[in-house]
Amino acid sequence: MKNPVRHPAASRFYADHGWLKSAQTFSFHGNYDPHRIQFGALRVLNDDTVHGGKGFGRHPHDNMEIISIPLEGTLEHQDSMGNTALIRRGEIQVMSAGTGVYHTEFNKDQDEPVSFLQIWLYPNKLNVAPRYDQIAYAPADLHNRFQQILSPDPDDEGVWINQDAWFHLGEFDKGFEASYELRKDGNGLYVFVIEGNIGVDGQLLSARDGYGFWPGSPVSIKAAEKSFLLLMEVPEKW
Amino acid sequence: MSQINILAIANHPEILETIIRLINQNESWHGIPAGSLEEAEEVLRLNSIDLVLLGVGVDEETGGRITSLCRSIDPNMVCLRHFGGGSGLLYSEIRHALAGG
Repeated sequence: MKNPVRHPAASRFYADHGWLKSAQTFSFHGNYDPHRIQFGALRVLNDDTVHGGKGFGRHPHDNMEIISIPLEGTLEHQDSMGNTALIRRGEIQVMSAGTGVYHTEFNKDQDEPVSFLQIWLYPNKLNVAPRYDQIAYAPADLHNRFQQILSPDPDDEGVWINQDAWFHLGEFDKGFEASYELRKDGNGLYVFVIEGNIGVDGQLLSARDGYGFWPGSPVSIKAAEKSFLLLMEVPEKW
Repeated sequence: MSQINILAIANHPEILETIIRLINQNESWHGIPAGSLEEAEEVLRLNSIDLVLLGVGVDEETGGRITSLCRSIDPNMVCLRHFGGGSGLLYSEIRHALAGG
């Protein structure tokens, strides 16, 4: 059985560029720890906050599935495929970088910060045509249930990517307990607590803690207080 | 410490240029670009390369051929797939490979 990994919030890498504050679960940019490279296909989990009016200038990506989950504020996206879009909490953005794409991500608001999760997964196909998409979900869809926001199937709920991965968001009341069953045998589950405290697999996790493991049976997740969580089911190999 | 020569192969000129620029920001690393299999073979023939990055546009078959060629030149030469196209993963990919990861 593969070992679980626990990543307390305070153990993440921190990068402060003035306009950008980034808490990084895995090795990223100049930060490197050989024991913090990835969890299966999950390679990047950055918890970013960008000052008003600031953002990431034009930069490239290729061969990576990039998902953004806004938590606060409004992010403005522009890319070399001709897409211009605003995304806010309640929306999910996906970009399959494939053969190459350039983009910018800016805080639309001049005064308020924007915070969002930036998540990268290795693709299971190389050099695909680049693609951008975004979806919206209703806050009620998350209440005391897991709402699927990502899958490998274009016809399934949420955005889709080139990887056998499934993401779910849930907002649980204190004491609420729910079960999650893997969509694909052998996959791992990485639980990231956005807000609150939860219990999973004998672990008590607090806000911004992460925990990855390889469950062989349905997983029970209980909220110790009102909590907002992200489940990322990913393959070990692809 | 001697300089590490890194061959980066990609068929997207702008991304390749970005990767080389980022590599060369590290004083201990020297990036050499190749936009095709033929260019890569030429670089490998004329230079002592420590690390090869297989970037965008390099398919599995071409990547396999390049890896085999590298191993035939130097069994210790590291060939790895570069993902992401920018600075996000590049440095840790290189550092991880150089550390034997």
